[in-house]
Parts: sequence; C-alpha cells; structure tokens
Amino acid sequence: MLSPLLLLPLLAIIILNLPIRSVTQKLAILVGVVLSLWQIFSVILIATGRGGTDTWAKYFSLGLSCDNLTLVLLMSIGIVTLTTILVGWQTIGGGKQRFGFMNLVFVAMIGMNGTVMLTDLFSLYIFIEVTAVASFILIAFQRDTNALEGAFKYIILSATATVMMLLSISIILLVVGDTSFAAAGSAVRQSQGNPLVIAAIGIFICGLLIKGGVVPFHGWLPAAYSAAPAAASVLLAGIATKTSGIYALIRLTTSVFANNESVNHILLLAGAISILVGAFAAMGQSDFKRMLAYSSISQVGYIILALGCGTNLAIIGAVFHLFNHSIFKSLLFVNSAAVETQSGTTDMNRLGGLGTKMPVTNATSLIAFLSTAGVPPLAGFWSKLIIIIALWQNGLHTYATIAVLASVLTLAYLLLMQRKVFFGKVAEGLANVKEAGWGITAAATILAAITVGVGVTFPWMFNSVLMPISSFLK
Amino acid sequence: MTTDMAINIILGVALVLAAAWTVMTARLLRSVIGLALTSMILTIIMFKLNSPLAAVFELSVCAGLISAIFISCISLTQRLTDEQAAAKQKERFSSFWLLPVILVLAGVALYQVHIPLDFHLQAAPSESDVRNIIWNLRHLDLIGQIVILLAGAFGVVALFKD
Amino acid sequence: MTELPQVFWLFSIGAILLLITGFYCLIMTYNLVRALIGLEILTKSVTLFIILAGYVTERMALAQALAITLIIIEVVVIAVAVGIVLCVYKNIKSIDGRLLRNIKG
Repeated sequence: MLSPLLLLPLLAIIILNLPIRSVTQKLAILVGVVLSLWQIFSVILIATGRGGTDTWAKYFSLGLSCDNLTLVLLMSIGIVTLTTILVGWQTIGGGKQRFGFMNLVFVAMIGMNGTVMLTDLFSLYIFIEVTAVASFILIAFQRDTNALEGAFKYIILSATATVMMLLSISIILLVVGDTSFAAAGSAVRQSQGNPLVIAAIGIFICGLLIKGGVVPFHGWLPAAYSAAPAAASVLLAGIATKTSGIYALIRLTTSVFANNESVNHILLLAGAISILVGAFAAMGQSDFKRMLAYSSISQVGYIILALGCGTNLAIIGAVFHLFNHSIFKSLLFVNSAAVETQSGTTDMNRLGGLGTKMPVTNATSLIAFLSTAGVPPLAGFWSKLIIIIALWQNGLHTYATIAVLASVLTLAYLLLMQRKVFFGKVAEGLANVKEAGWGITAAATILAAITVGVGVTFPWMFNSVLMPISSFLK
Repeated sequence: MTTDMAINIILGVALVLAAAWTVMTARLLRSVIGLALTSMILTIIMFKLNSPLAAVFELSVCAGLISAIFISCISLTQRLTDEQAAAKQKERFSSFWLLPVILVLAGVALYQVHIPLDFHLQAAPSESDVRNIIWNLRHLDLIGQIVILLAGAFGVVALFKD
Repeated sequence: MTELPQVFWLFSIGAILLLITGFYCLIMTYNLVRALIGLEILTKSVTLFIILAGYVTERMALAQALAITLIIIEVVVIAVAVGIVLCVYKNIKSIDGRLLRNIKG
C-alpha cells in the first residue's frame, strides 16, 4: 500500500507529459485532486488495518516503512496538497502555467511522500532535495523580483544545510560503513561518546534546523514565504518545510540519535528562542504574509520544544501540533491568498473592513487564528495543552511558562491582524471587493471544518487515535 | 618518501591552490575556469582512490556541464566593470588574513582532542560492484534521481520560457 | 589511533581546506554567480569526504554510488539557481546581490 504513494504521482507526471499534451493539460488538475484524495483515503485504510499488502514491492526493493508517525504525516501531506491544488486552480491562470504548476506539485508530492516513508540517511538527503528543488521553482514561478530574491536566499541556505548533512553522512559512513537508519542508530549506541560521532550528530541536527526554519537559522523563511505566489506559500508553509526539516528531526532524534542529553538541551533552547523571536517579530509586521511567516517560526518552536523534552507525552504533543499546524497555517495562507487575489495587496495598513465583503474568508480566518492561539475547543488548544503539560511534568517549568506566555502573544498579534484586515470600516479603494472564487473558499471551508472537527472530538480521540502515535518510540 | 606519496601531496596542494585561485580571482570567467580546473584535479584524486566511475561522472558533469552552464550564464549577464571588480578583489584579499588564523587555531584544537578511531564496522560488504548497487539494491535512490531530473526539466521550462 | 592510511589524512586535510575556502567564497561575495561557485566548491569538498570515507572502510561501491547521486542532484540545483539568476538579471539588469536586498516590499 506504500509504494503506490510514490509511484502513482511519478506515473502521472510521465503520462501527463507524453506528446498528447494538448489533451492531458486540462486533465492535470483533476488528476492532482484525485491523487491527493486517494492519498488521504489510503491513510485511513492503513490506519484501520485494511491496508493490504504492497503488491508492487516485489518488483522494486524500495525499503519503505510505515508507522504511526508516517501515517500522520501522510495524512497532512494529502490534505495540504489538495488545498494547494484548489488554490492554484483559482489563482494561476493560463493553461501552460497551470500545467507547469501541477507538474511541480506532483514532484513535491513524491518528494514528501518519499521523505516520510524511507529508512536510509542518504535517501533522506535525496528526497529532501527533491522537495527543496520543487519549492525553489514554485517560489520563483511568477518571476517577480521579491520572489526571486526569496528563492535565491532559500537556495543558498538550503545548500549550506545540505553540505552539513552530507558531512555528517560521510562521518557516519566512516564509522559504520552503511547509511541506513538501523546501522546509524547502532553506531551511535556503540560509540559511547566518541567526539567524532557527536560532532556528526550535531552537524546533522544543525542542517535540519536550517531546513526547518528554526531560529537562529530562519533567515530565509520570511522572504520566501511572503514573496512566493499564493499557492506556493500554502504548499511551502503548510507542509514542505515541516516534512523536510521537522519530520526528519523527529525521526532522527527518536530512533537514530536516541535521546542524547546534549541534543535535547539544544532543541529545548532552540525551540524556546524560536517561539519568542517569532512571536515578537510577528507583532511588528505590517505585511500580512510576513506576519504569518514569523508566526510559523513561532509555532515550529513549540514542536521543537516538545521534541527536546523527549517524553512519550511530549512527542505525542509534538506530532499532534505538527498536524494541527499544517492545517491551520495552510488555512491562514489560503485566507491571505483570498485577500491578495481579491484586493490586490497584502499590506495590512491599506486593508480594512473586509469582513462584510468576504464572509466565508472572515469566518475561516477567525477559526484559524483562534486555533493558532490555542483557544478551546479548537484543535490548537489541545496540542498546546499536551505540550505544556508534558513540559511541566518533566520539571521544565521555565520552558512551560515561556510556552504559555507566548500563547498570549500569539493571540495578541493575530487578533491585531484580524481586526486590521477584516473588522472595522472598509478601506478606500476596496468597495468593490467580492468573495474569493469557489476554489479558495472550498479549500478554506474544508480546512476550517477539519480544525473544528479535530478540536471538538478530541476527548474521544485521545485514547484511540493519539496515544498509539507514540508506539513508534521504542 | 615514495613517489606515490609525493604525487598525492602534489595533488592535494594543487587542489587547494586551484580552489583558492577560484575564489580570489577578480573576473568571473577566470573563476569558472578555476572551478573546472579544481574539478579536474579532484577527478585525478578520485582515480587514485579507486573510484573510476565516480571520477568519470565528476569530470563529465562538473568540469563539463556545470562549467558550460556557468559560462553561458556569465555571457548572458553583464559583468561588473573592471574597477568594481578590482575593488572587490582588494576587499577579498584584505580579509584573507583571517583564513590562516582560523586554520592554525583549528589545527591546534584538533591536535588536542584525542579522537578514538577504532570503529566498529558492520558486516563485511556484500556488494563490490557500483552498477549493482545503483540498479538493483537502491531503487528508492533511483526513483529520487529520476524525479529530480524531471523537476530540473520542469524548472528550466518554467524559468526560461517566456 | 588505529592505522589509517596516510593518504587519508592528507586528503582529508585538503578536503577541510576546500570546505573552508568554499564557505569563505560564499560569505565574502555579493555577486550571485560567485555565490553559486562557492556552493560548487563546497559540494566538491563533500564529495571528496564521501569518497575518502568509502576508501578507508573498503565500501568503495556504496561511496561511489553516493557520490554519483550527489553530483546529479547538485547539477539540478545549480541549473535551477542559474535560471533564477538569469530571471533576476532580466528584471533588474544586474547580478549584484546588494541591489536585491534593497528592493524590500
């Protein structure tokens, strides 16, 4: 059931690009929607045990594995890809451009699916690079100067992170002679404080922190997220950074690098600093998307903080917050896409009073920001609560207090955003603004429904769905 | 010292000198030629380290394809004027003293740290043929490479077509 | 320390020097194309590290496969980056990175 998730998008790319392109160009979006729906459906099948065996694994030796963490990520990838395709349908015009966009979304899908299913350090590098290349091109897709600057900064920093990861892989190759997760894990366990191995671990973690946009390596993130075209922002902020950086960190710190004390300290510190820097920087922004970018940095800080804590409950909180963040951050970016396409600007000083003109966007934006700030009964509240409880139980009282205080800051700046953009009087020049097209509103409604649904059914879901997530920890 | 060792030392020194020339030279075109030269020296080193297939790849791709890409990029974009280039070269040279200082400090630090190098290697390598590894054992990597080449093609189309 | 061939020490020092040179090039330049050249030098350094690791542990086949894959991926990244530089040139007629930073929205 796993290899089709990789091979079907590849097949789709090949078939759609055959010489009968004039016919297939129109089908590209439909194929994309079908594939992402199929991905969500197969995750539900696998989770309820009806997955069936992997019939294509006989022909290929792919070495894919799937546990509960993978399932959560695959579900997020499916949902956010569906959203991206819907937003892209609405915002990207012109048959050729749309076709190019769909090709790149398929490539990103293959990259992300591969990242979460593999079991080898070098394959991790390869698929992270695949996702990164698709992201570079998507950011630079419409060729305006700000986007090109953001893409170039991202390329330089991403390549630096790649060099660090490869250095670490070469040290592990030196120590153990193989690059699979199992071999690297056994090497770390057997080496007992060898400074070379510790250096390798540290360098790898730094590389992944750069990819995930964690402070102090977040330099590329605001430029890339805010300047990218609308659909690319949704894909990038919603899932691409999370998969390449954060999922890899979770996988490596729990299974390969196995609860190293110094690594935990570094993660706690980086997480706390990210939360604070992101929240404070977001308050001073006047551009809608830039503020959302700093808010992303802050939320990812929560996940890293929980990861640094290391207990079972903390890891559950981190994974749950990862899922929630992909949903509500995508929702916020979809709303920014709606505002951008309808009013032509993302400068919050020039926007105002759009709430009456765009009711659906207003409502979904309200739900999204309440979830981000952690207001019950929405999903964000529960995941933040789990993280804070886990931190408190582990004796990390200062970090827990920082997390709670930053929640208040998050509420403050997002409320400011909502008030500036949606409430109040209608600003000049915006009298003719209508609701966004049905692609964007459909995407926004789906995401808002998921956030509300997950939040409201949480007490029932806790034991059946959430606790088993930690089964991947040994 | 044997001739073999002498050749290795010459190659190592040549590699670092070529890279340094690539960085410090004022004009972009000379930088690209320096990059190609560094690739060639690296190819020779890789041949000496028993990796012929990777060496051939390095030569054809890095010393060939990438140099061609860079030269076409430089010919399509306007160079800085010569005074600006000379000024920037002076700036690069003026900060150059930092490099040997860092190197000496790093060397001293590394000398102090005792790095235990008795490694536990896993079971003996079962495959000794590169082609077997690429085509039979690591299909996931193969899929990744195919996809990234496709992505490169899409990117070139998206960025270059008007 | 166990017996590592002398050649390993020699070339690893060379690779570390290459790494430092690459970072120096990347940091000390405003020119977009020169930044890409710095990236290329970093990639060569890491390729040398992987080949050395394979040479010492007798895993030449795996190391060569990794090096070949690495070279292919770097070509694609550099090609996309050069595409972006050309688009920047079309927009602002210059490849000076400082000019880019001043066009902040």
